Amino acid sequence: MMEVLFYIAGFVALTATIAALTRANAAHALIYLIVSLLAVAVLFFLMGAPFAAALEIVIYAGAIMVLFVFVIMMLNLGDAGVSREQQLLAGRIWILPGIMAGLLLLELLLAMDNASGATSGNVVAPKAVGITLFGPYLLAVEIASMLLLSALVGAYHLGRRFIVRRGEH
Amino acid sequence: MGGLQIPMEHVLALAGLLFSCGLMGLMLRRNIIFMLMSLEVMLNAAALAFVAAGAYWGQADGQVIFLLILTVAAAEVAVGLGLVLQIQRRFKTLDMDQANRLQG
Repeated sequence: MMEVLFYIAGFVALTATIAALTRANAAHALIYLIVSLLAVAVLFFLMGAPFAAALEIVIYAGAIMVLFVFVIMMLNLGDAGVSREQQLLAGRIWILPGIMAGLLLLELLLAMDNASGATSGNVVAPKAVGITLFGPYLLAVEIASMLLLSALVGAYHLGRRFIVRRGEH
Repeated sequence: MGGLQIPMEHVLALAGLLFSCGLMGLMLRRNIIFMLMSLEVMLNAAALAFVAAGAYWGQADGQVIFLLILTVAAAEVAVGLGLVLQIQRRFKTLDMDQANRLQG
């Protein structure tokens, strides 16, 4: 039964990704992309990686996609933005992603109801991940922190000039 | 060896298909927001392959590399979206074929 759940989640991930990358409207594409990330999170959960599944939802579908939403909403301000927002709230476009997300939720509930709860024989617990991360991979953690710092400085530089120039006009 | 109940080849095939979707999107779309989304899809497919391999051998290394890929994706999106704002302000468009000043 776990195999069936896995293939359904994989199918949802693939269709949602294709739907996301073929949309004309960026906001609609974002909805499908979030469904795709949720499907991959369910795949992680079914493969016995609950920590990776939680991080996928919190950071990918939560933080990174919210950045996309901010930028898309910043770029179409004004009357065109208002009419587009009314069109977004019309409802028809939400039905298919909603059905997909509901399917994924159903799968998650079924998987949690099951005693073994994972397709993999042994679940890799967050504790093991933490011990490995701060043991042999300590140098990688340092490199990741430097990468995040440089991204922070770069994003601040690009965004600050944008805001100052807008304010001067 | 715990191993997966599903064949490893199927997970890798799914990751490959997702990666190809992202690659096709990156090459075919000209809107920079969609190009960034395609990059996200490609990084996500690579992460799926890593986590599947980690689950197959029952090791935590796959999830550690997933964490590092997550860091790279966050950094890339932060800088990329800053660039989107700059490009929109300078060229008044998100079409990357218009922003070809480097070709001379």
